[in-house]
Amino acid sequence: MMKEDENPGQIELTIHANPAYLCVARAAARKAMEISGLSRQDADGVTLALDEALTNVIRHSYGGPCEKPIIVRISQIPDYEEKESALEIVVRDFGKQVDPKTIKSRDLNEVRPGGLGVHIIQTVMDEVQYSCMSEGGMQLRMVKLIQPTNSDDSTSKPKLIFGESRIEKAQ
Amino acid sequence: MTKSNDNPDMVVQNIRREGTVTVLELAGDIDLHRSVELRECLLEIMQKKPKTLVINLSQVGFMDSSGLATLVEAMQLSRRYGGGIKLVGVQQRVRSILEISRLDSIFPMFENEAEALAS
Repeated sequence: MMKEDENPGQIELTIHANPAYLCVARAAARKAMEISGLSRQDADGVTLALDEALTNVIRHSYGGPCEKPIIVRISQIPDYEEKESALEIVVRDFGKQVDPKTIKSRDLNEVRPGGLGVHIIQTVMDEVQYSCMSEGGMQLRMVKLIQPTNSDDSTSKPKLIFGESRIEKAQ
Repeated sequence: MTKSNDNPDMVVQNIRREGTVTVLELAGDIDLHRSVELRECLLEIMQKKPKTLVINLSQVGFMDSSGLATLVEAMQLSRRYGGGIKLVGVQQRVRSILEISRLDSIFPMFENEAEALAS
């Protein structure tokens, strides 16, 4: 289900927590990024970050593929922090809650399969914030600054903000 | 030995032998959904302990960490018996995830199969 919100710069997509739908979410997000003016290179990175976020929800929040929902909300913020335009992606699930402070990337010097999703998200995005929701489940908010003229920023250090275990309303 | 797949929706498109080298051609997006198929294929190949496995990624436009994990697992399996894995035709999007994950140095990468086979 995909709908355009009252805000013309926002779309909302609900998918089942099924890996078969990851490609649908990527395609929708990619189109939204194209419209937002994000550079191609940044759009590649943000698409990857979204895929990793959804994969983590399926694997960890829901404990595997199921028919429970994942809501993806993509918004364009024209005056982010009063200076730049930004793209905000919110991933909402209704699965297991974990303390946001415990969500960390692993040591990359250790060459082993798995555990790279959080590192990729933190590397690609400018702001990453996990929150426990009062109605249950988790919310991941990711922000990418839109810099169409300078596309070579995908490896810059992200500003990492944890949710401080705060409880907030989903809507 | 050649195994081809006519189904364009499958990640594994072709497996063939070139002397002591096994060449695996992949296509499409490799994510959590598709990496299951890739992992099964790689485990089957690794059971035969090829000296070198060349993985052609020139038709792979997207790979996430689950796809990457399958490649790392295969690399570790191959190293246990003294084998190796080479990547061919790695597109920029796939190269980026290798770089972000700092795994670009553990996989030798080549422009095309001829270069990989000659190395």
